[in-house]
Amino acid sequence: MWSQRVDVAEFWANSEPALAAAALLALGWLILGLAGLLRLHSVEFVGRVLFPFGAALSLLLALTGLAALSAPPASMTLAIGLPDLPFHLHLDALSAFFLLLLGAASAGISVFAAGYFRSGEGTAPGLLCLQYHVFLASMVFVLLAADAYAFMVAWETMALSSYFLVTTQHRIPEIRRAGFLYLLIAHVGAIGILLAFGVLQGGSWQFTFDAMRAAELSPLWSSIAFGLALFGFGAKAGLVPLHVWLPEAHPAAPSPVSALMSGVMLKTALYGILRVSFDLLGAPLWWWGALALALGLFSALFGVVFAAVQTDMKRLLAYSSIENIGIAFAAFGLSILFHCFAMPQLAALALAAMLYHCLNHAFFKSLLFLATGSVLHATRERRLGKLGGLIRTMPWVAWLALVGTLAIAGLPPLNGFVSEWLLLQAFLFTPEIPQPFANMLIPLGAPALALTAALAGYVMVKFYGVIFLGRMREPQLAQAHDCGILERIGLAWLAAACVALGLTPALMLQALDPVGTLLLGSGLGTQSTGSWLLVPVSAERASYSPLLFLVGIGGSVLLTVWAVRRLYHGRIRRAAPWDCGFPLQTARMQDSAEGFGQPIRHIFDPFFRMRRELPSPLDSAPRYRVEVEDRFWHALYLPVAGGVKALAGFVGRLQRGRISVYLLYSFLTLVALLVIVL
Amino acid sequence: MTIAGLITQLLDVALGVLIAPLFIGWINQCRAWLANRSAPPLLQPYRMIRKLLHKDAVIAENASPLFRMVPYVLFGTMVTAAAIVPALGTDMPFAGAADAIALVGLFATARVFVSLAAMDIGTAFGTLGARREMMVGFLAEPALLTVVFTASLICGSTALPSIAGTLAGRELQIYPSLAFAAVAFVMVLLAENARIPIDNPATHLELTMIHEAMVLEYSARHLALIEWASALKLFNYACIGFALFLPWGLAPTGGGWLPLLFALPVLVVKLLLAGAGLALLETISAKLRIFRAPEFLAMAFLLAMLGLLVSLLLGNGR
Amino acid sequence: MTLPLSAQLIHLFAAALLLLSFAMLAQRRVLSLVNLFALQGAMLVASTAVVAYSSGQHHLYWSAGLTLILKVLLLPYILHRLIRRLQVQWDTETLVNIPTTLLLGLLVVIFSFGLAQPISQLASTLTRSTLGIAIAVVLLAFLMMITRRKAVSQVIGFLAMENGLFFAATSATYGMPMVVELGIALDVLVGVFILGIFFFQIREQFDSLDLHHLESLKEE
Repeated sequence: MWSQRVDVAEFWANSEPALAAAALLALGWLILGLAGLLRLHSVEFVGRVLFPFGAALSLLLALTGLAALSAPPASMTLAIGLPDLPFHLHLDALSAFFLLLLGAASAGISVFAAGYFRSGEGTAPGLLCLQYHVFLASMVFVLLAADAYAFMVAWETMALSSYFLVTTQHRIPEIRRAGFLYLLIAHVGAIGILLAFGVLQGGSWQFTFDAMRAAELSPLWSSIAFGLALFGFGAKAGLVPLHVWLPEAHPAAPSPVSALMSGVMLKTALYGILRVSFDLLGAPLWWWGALALALGLFSALFGVVFAAVQTDMKRLLAYSSIENIGIAFAAFGLSILFHCFAMPQLAALALAAMLYHCLNHAFFKSLLFLATGSVLHATRERRLGKLGGLIRTMPWVAWLALVGTLAIAGLPPLNGFVSEWLLLQAFLFTPEIPQPFANMLIPLGAPALALTAALAGYVMVKFYGVIFLGRMREPQLAQAHDCGILERIGLAWLAAACVALGLTPALMLQALDPVGTLLLGSGLGTQSTGSWLLVPVSAERASYSPLLFLVGIGGSVLLTVWAVRRLYHGRIRRAAPWDCGFPLQTARMQDSAEGFGQPIRHIFDPFFRMRRELPSPLDSAPRYRVEVEDRFWHALYLPVAGGVKALAGFVGRLQRGRISVYLLYSFLTLVALLVIVL
Repeated sequence: MTIAGLITQLLDVALGVLIAPLFIGWINQCRAWLANRSAPPLLQPYRMIRKLLHKDAVIAENASPLFRMVPYVLFGTMVTAAAIVPALGTDMPFAGAADAIALVGLFATARVFVSLAAMDIGTAFGTLGARREMMVGFLAEPALLTVVFTASLICGSTALPSIAGTLAGRELQIYPSLAFAAVAFVMVLLAENARIPIDNPATHLELTMIHEAMVLEYSARHLALIEWASALKLFNYACIGFALFLPWGLAPTGGGWLPLLFALPVLVVKLLLAGAGLALLETISAKLRIFRAPEFLAMAFLLAMLGLLVSLLLGNGR
Repeated sequence: MTLPLSAQLIHLFAAALLLLSFAMLAQRRVLSLVNLFALQGAMLVASTAVVAYSSGQHHLYWSAGLTLILKVLLLPYILHRLIRRLQVQWDTETLVNIPTTLLLGLLVVIFSFGLAQPISQLASTLTRSTLGIAIAVVLLAFLMMITRRKAVSQVIGFLAMENGLFFAATSATYGMPMVVELGIALDVLVGVFILGIFFFQIREQFDSLDLHHLESLKEE
C-alpha cells in the first residue's frame, strides 16, 4: 500500500531527515515482512535472519525518535492514497517520543522473537513474520499520520495485523473467540475515533490535523469530540469498562505478540488521546481531566485487584496492564486539570509522569510477557498452579524476570517507582486547584494511587513467587530448560532498560521536556541541580536521586556481607527444610495461585462475581474450585449483546426474501429521498 | 554538603544500627513488667544476635541464591532507611537522595524481598507468612503514605528532615489533621512491625504468626541479620513518628555542635517513652484474628485519609 | 499565618468530634458506644467553653454547663442503667462490612465539606471552617442509625446527631438563644425517657432489642 514507486533518493532529498528515516524504517519492516513469504516454512531463515534484522531497524528507529525529540517538527505529504486525499505525515516531539518507545521496546521483543517462534505452532513462520512486521510498521504510521484518513488506515491495519497475530493458533476455539472479541471492540473503538475526527474538522471538511487545529469548536462540540476520542482510544487502551478484550486477547497471542500489544500497542492509544485533547482540541475543559482521572484511578484499582486473583500467568499480566494504563490515564487527567487551571509547571510534571510511565510499562511489561513465553515453551504450562521452583532450572529467565517484577511493583531504585513518585508529587499540589469541590476530591486520588501501587507489589510477589520460587508443583518441571541465547539477549535488553530508566530519571526527563513544551507550552524547566538529582519543583520540596540511593543500599549491603564474613564466618550446612518440624511436606502444601489471592478475594469481595465449590470435610477426594468473573461482563456486555441481537432479529424480519418487497423498499427510499432533496 | 552534615549523617546511621536492639530490649522489659513477669536483661537482644552470628548456618537444600541474599538486602535497606530518617538532626545530606515517599518504597522493597525469600523454600508456613505479610503490607503502605502526605501538605515538602525542621521550627500550633495522622501512624507501626494486635512478636504458634512464619527457615547469621533488621525497622518507624509528631529537640540545620549533643538525650527520652507506650498498647490489646486484620488496617488507612481531608478543610498551615 | 490559640483548640476539638463519630460508626459493642458518646459530649463541652471564652458570649458557658450535665453525665448514666437493666451489656452489632461503612462515611465528610464551603465563606465567626465538620457529624450519626439494628445504638445515633447540630450552632453562630437550647435539651431528655420505655416494651414483646423484629409488623 505504501508503494515502492517513490524514488528513495528523491524522497530523502525533499524531506526532513528524521521523518524520512522513520518512514523508510517502517518501509524496511514491510519489506522484511514480505521477505518472510519467500520461505514460508523456514524457521531458520525467518528467525535467524529476518527478525534480528528487524530488531536492528527497531534500534535505528529508537535513535531516530531520540534525535527527533529535540528537532523542530517536520511534515511531508506522500502522493499516495486516494485522489485529492494524499497521506500527510508529521513528526513532532510527541510522535518522536512514542517512536522512541516503539523502537526501543520492539528491539528487545524482536530479538526475543527471533529465538522464540517455532514451526508447528499455528500460522507458518513466514506469514507470522509478515504479520509481525506489518504490525510494527502500521504503528509507526499511526504515530506519524497527520490527517484523519492516513491515521484511520494505519489504525485499522494495526488492528487487523494484530488480530491475525492473536489468532496464530487459530485451531483452538477459545483463541478464535478471544480474537473475535478483540476485533469487535477494536472496531467499536475505531468508530468512536472516526466520529471524533468527524466532529473535530468543525465544518471545514478538511481532514488534515492542521485543519482540525484551526477549527473553532464550541465547548459542547469539543466535549463531544473528547468523549468520542476517550471512548475510542479507551477501548484500545483497555480503560474500564472497555477492558474486557485485554485479558482474553493477551493470553491468546504468542508471548512476543502479547509483549508488543501490551507494551507498545496500548501506548498508541495514549498517543492518540494526547494528540486529540492537547494538540487538536487546543483548549481542554477541566472536567475532562476529572473524568479521565476518575476513570484512570478506577481502572488502576480494578485492574490490580483482578490481577491479584488470576490463576493464569498471562491473564494476570493482562490485568496488570489495565492497571498501568489506568495510572497513565490518571496522570493524563491530572495534567489536563493543571493545564486548565493555569498551572503549567505542574501540568508538565503530570505529563512527564504519564510519559515516563508509558515508557516504563513498555519495558517491564514486555519483559514479563516474554519471560512467561519462555516459561510456556519450557513447561507447556501457563496455569500458575502447575508451576513453581523454576529459578533452579531456568536461572536466566528467573533473574531477569526478577528485575521486571521489582520494577513493575514500583520499588525504588527501579523505573516503576520513578513515574509513581512523579505522579504522587503532582497529586500533592492538587489542593491548590482553585475549584471548591475539586480541590478536596482530587487529592484523595493520591491514597488511591498508593493503594494501587501497594497492591501491585502484592500481585508481583504472587506472580514471581508462584512461578519461579518454591518447589516444583509438577515433577516434569525438573526437565524445564533455560531459554536460548537470543531470548536471553532480548530479555536482558529490556531488563537493562528498566534499570537505566530507574537510575537516570533526570536525564530522561530532560530529554522528554520538548513534549511538554509542545503540548502545554511549557516544559518542566531545566533544573540547576545537575543531572543526578531529580527535582520536580524545588529542592526544598522534594528530591530523589536513584543513583545515590542505589549506592546507599548497595554500599550498606556489601559492607554488611563483608563485616559478617570477616568478623564471623561463612559456614553453611544444607539440610531438609524445617517447616516447624512437620514430617510430611509436599509441593502441594504451598500456596496455590488461588490461595495467594484469597485475602484479596476476601477484602475486595464486591468487585467480583464469584462461584465457589467448597469441599465438605467428609469428602474423600475433596475438590476446591473458585471461578472469579468480571461484573462488567454480566452487567454491561451481555445486555448490550442481547440488545444488538434483538435489533438484528428485528432487522432480519425486514428480509422477506420476496423481490417485490425489496423493490418496495427501494421505491420508498427513492420517494423519501426525493421529498428531502426537493 | 557540610562536614557537620556528614557527621550528623554518620552518627545518625551508626546510632540507629547500634541502639535498635536496645530499644527492643527496653520494650520487652516494659512488657514483662506490665505483665507482672520478671523481665529479661536489657541487653538480651544483643546476646541473641551475637549467639546467632557465631553459629553455623543451616539452609534448606533447595534454597536458591535469592534466599541467601535476602537477609543482607534486608539489613542494607534498613540501614539506608536509617540514613533517611532524621533521628538526631535535620542536616542530613543523604536524605536529599530520597524523600519520605522513597522511604516508604524502601520499606516496600524490604517487604517484597522477605516475602519472596519466604516463598523460596516452598514450605506451607513460608508461603502463608508471605501471603499474610503482603496482605498487611498492601493496606499499611498506603496508610503510611497518606500520613506522610498530610504532613507534607502542612509543610510543603516530602523530605522528612525538612518536614521535621519546619514543624519544630514553627510557632507552636495545633494541627488536628496530624492528630488523625498520628493515630493512623501508630496503627501502621503496630502492623508493620509485627506487633500485637496484628502479629505477636513472642509467638511461635504456627497459625497465628506472620513475621515468624516467613523467617522460619533462616538460622544463624541470616537470622541474626533479620532480627537486627527488624529491630532497626522498629527504630526507624519510631524516628519517623518523632519526626512527624514530636519533632522538638532535633538539631537544626547549621546549628552547630551544641544542639547535636543536646539531641541525643532528647532522643533517648523519646525512645524510652515510646517504648513504654508501645508496651502498654500491646499489653492492653488482644491479638486480632487474621480475618480482622484487614479491618484494622483499613481503619488506619481511612483515618489517614480523614486526616488528609481535615487538613484540606481546615486549611491550616498553608 | 497562624490562628489564635482558641481557634486552634476549637479545630482540635472539632477534629476529635469527627474522629469520635467515625469511632462510633465502627464500634460493634453497645456499651463502648455509650462511652464514646459521652466522650463526644465532653469534646462538645470543651469546644463550647472555648468559644464562650474567646468570643465573650457568656450565655455559652451556660449551654456548656447544660451539655456537661445532660450529655456527659446524665444521659450516659441513664443509658448505662438501661443497658444493665435490659441485660444487653454484651450485645454486639453484626456489622457486615466496617471498611465499606467507613468509606461511605468518608464520602459523607467530603460532601458536607463541599456543602459547608460556600456557607462558611459568608459566616463571619472565627470558627466557621468547623461548620463542615458539624454537618459531617450530623450525617455520620444518621449513617450510623441506618447501619444499626439494635434499638440502643439507634438512640445513641439520634443523640449523636443532636451533638452535631449543637456543634453547628456554636461554631457558626455562637450558639442559639437560651430558650431554644433549653427546649432542645428538654426534648432530648424526654425523648430518651420515652425511648427507654419503648425498649422495655419491645423487649417484652420480642425478647430482644433487635429492630428487625419490628419489620414483621407491617402488613403483608
